[in-house]
Amino acid sequence: MEFQSITKLKTLLNKNKISVKEIAETYIKQIKEKKELNIFIYFNEDKIHDQVKEIEKLSNDKVLKGIPIAIKDLFCTANMPTTAASKILENFQPTYESFVTQKLIEQGSMFVGKTNLDEFAMGSATNTSYFGNTINPLSKNDNPLAPGGSSGGSAAAVAADLCLGATGTDTGGSIRQPASFCGVVGIKPTYGLCSRWGIAAFASSLDQAGVFSKNVTDASILLEEIAGHDQRDSTSSNVKIPSFSKNLNTSLEDKVVGIPQEYTVDGISDEINGVWEDAIKSLEKKGAKIKHISLPHTKYALPTYYIIAPAEASSNLARYDGVKYGFRAKDAKSLDDMYELTRSEGFGKEVKRRILIGTYVLSAGYYDAYYLKAQRVRKLIANDFVEAFKECDLILTPTAPSAAFPLNEQQDDPIKMYLNDVFTVPASLAGIPGISIPYGKDQQGLPLGVQLLSKHYNEQEIFNAAFSLEKDYE
Amino acid sequence: MKLDTNTINKIAKLARIRLSEQEANDLLRDMNSILDWVEQLNEVNTDDVEPLANISSSILPHRKDVAKDINSTDEILKNSPDKLEGYFVVPKVVE
Repeated sequence: MEFQSITKLKTLLNKNKISVKEIAETYIKQIKEKKELNIFIYFNEDKIHDQVKEIEKLSNDKVLKGIPIAIKDLFCTANMPTTAASKILENFQPTYESFVTQKLIEQGSMFVGKTNLDEFAMGSATNTSYFGNTINPLSKNDNPLAPGGSSGGSAAAVAADLCLGATGTDTGGSIRQPASFCGVVGIKPTYGLCSRWGIAAFASSLDQAGVFSKNVTDASILLEEIAGHDQRDSTSSNVKIPSFSKNLNTSLEDKVVGIPQEYTVDGISDEINGVWEDAIKSLEKKGAKIKHISLPHTKYALPTYYIIAPAEASSNLARYDGVKYGFRAKDAKSLDDMYELTRSEGFGKEVKRRILIGTYVLSAGYYDAYYLKAQRVRKLIANDFVEAFKECDLILTPTAPSAAFPLNEQQDDPIKMYLNDVFTVPASLAGIPGISIPYGKDQQGLPLGVQLLSKHYNEQEIFNAAFSLEKDYE
Repeated sequence: MKLDTNTINKIAKLARIRLSEQEANDLLRDMNSILDWVEQLNEVNTDDVEPLANISSSILPHRKDVAKDINSTDEILKNSPDKLEGYFVVPKVVE
């Protein structure tokens, strides 16, 4: 049995047509049936039944009462271990709850488990996890596909009906790209809208929590619950969170949608450009004005990101030293030995690569040439968007340069892998919100996504336009 | 080629990550290609451009600096791989 959406399940629950216990049993069964997809790092039936008892006591006006939610295993949870998909945190049991998961608990949601991701969210295919690959649920038997990444487990969990919503984090596209690959909705809100407290840090000036869901309405319900100010994150914004779901509105009259010329990139398939074209036409038909715009520094976004993100990661991941928590290598003779062996055995290849790049670009003599230079270019990229939003309300682009690719596709070349984020990274650098919604399919029937961007704190207009586009496929 | 094996090993030492010879060779290849690729940023004129460190467009609020007890010693030590009488244990540092 599938419940289709949060709003539909809430209706059933409110009419007493289903109990919280029955919801739990339904999803436990579905998760067990899809075990071979390796979507969850942590799944424990007993923990779900324990939650049921608590949730049943809550009043029905709790917005997410009984709603099954999957949590990316980057969020600290007091009742479930948290690994960041790394051996170095293999045995870590947080003593506290992250801000985002705490908000979800307070509204009565049921955590079905912790989902797989790229190690410390570094990757675009959920293939750098210490706990193995996740398989995209849309794969045909003979050709397993990647779910995208880094939040690939969360996107796959929603696509496979193992939950009705999931949390993700997006540093350079880690929500939007897997949403596109798995055919679900994924939103990365404005930097600072959701507290980073209790999320294992990757690149602090870029990391932002967000959600996956079956449709735009559900995404708007979930986002308004997890957003909000938190004193414990110094970059958490103190802004009023609108009631996104109540304000949803399909009208696009007088809205100007910008189409950036720089997002027409060589090597992008006609199918991707085709759905982009379809979405443009649809928005125009619904009353929006289409305007061709320029974001001149777009081509520098990826190299900028691949200096800034590793630099911040090398600093953030310095805390994993084998002393306070997590894995410690055996048989170290000295303290330095212990640090070096612990980190050497505890981190995977991609994480080491990024820590070393980051250490290099921050090291004496190179800081100005790499890190400061990248921060200056970042300013120009952010300014491109400021200028663009003087002429338009929204920007529409494809989400990813391809549909889901085969799991066994050679990923030896890091730069080729990094290109997956070509359409998502600029918005991350600018800190602006972005959503990916499924829009059309390729010849093999795999979903493709389009991305809508807007200025800081303008999630409402993004939801509205996405809500309007979504109607094309109902 | 920006990096050589010596530099890789020096960076690895700074980052406290021990590399096998094979790992060092692989990383040398990957990191050189990544560093060559990011070189394109030098095409961009950034004279008079301020580096962007904090993207948040809202004014970040201040809070009172008050001490709060949020973790107990037991809780903090719970996850440590080696502990003794309220302390973290590490290999001997003074002979």
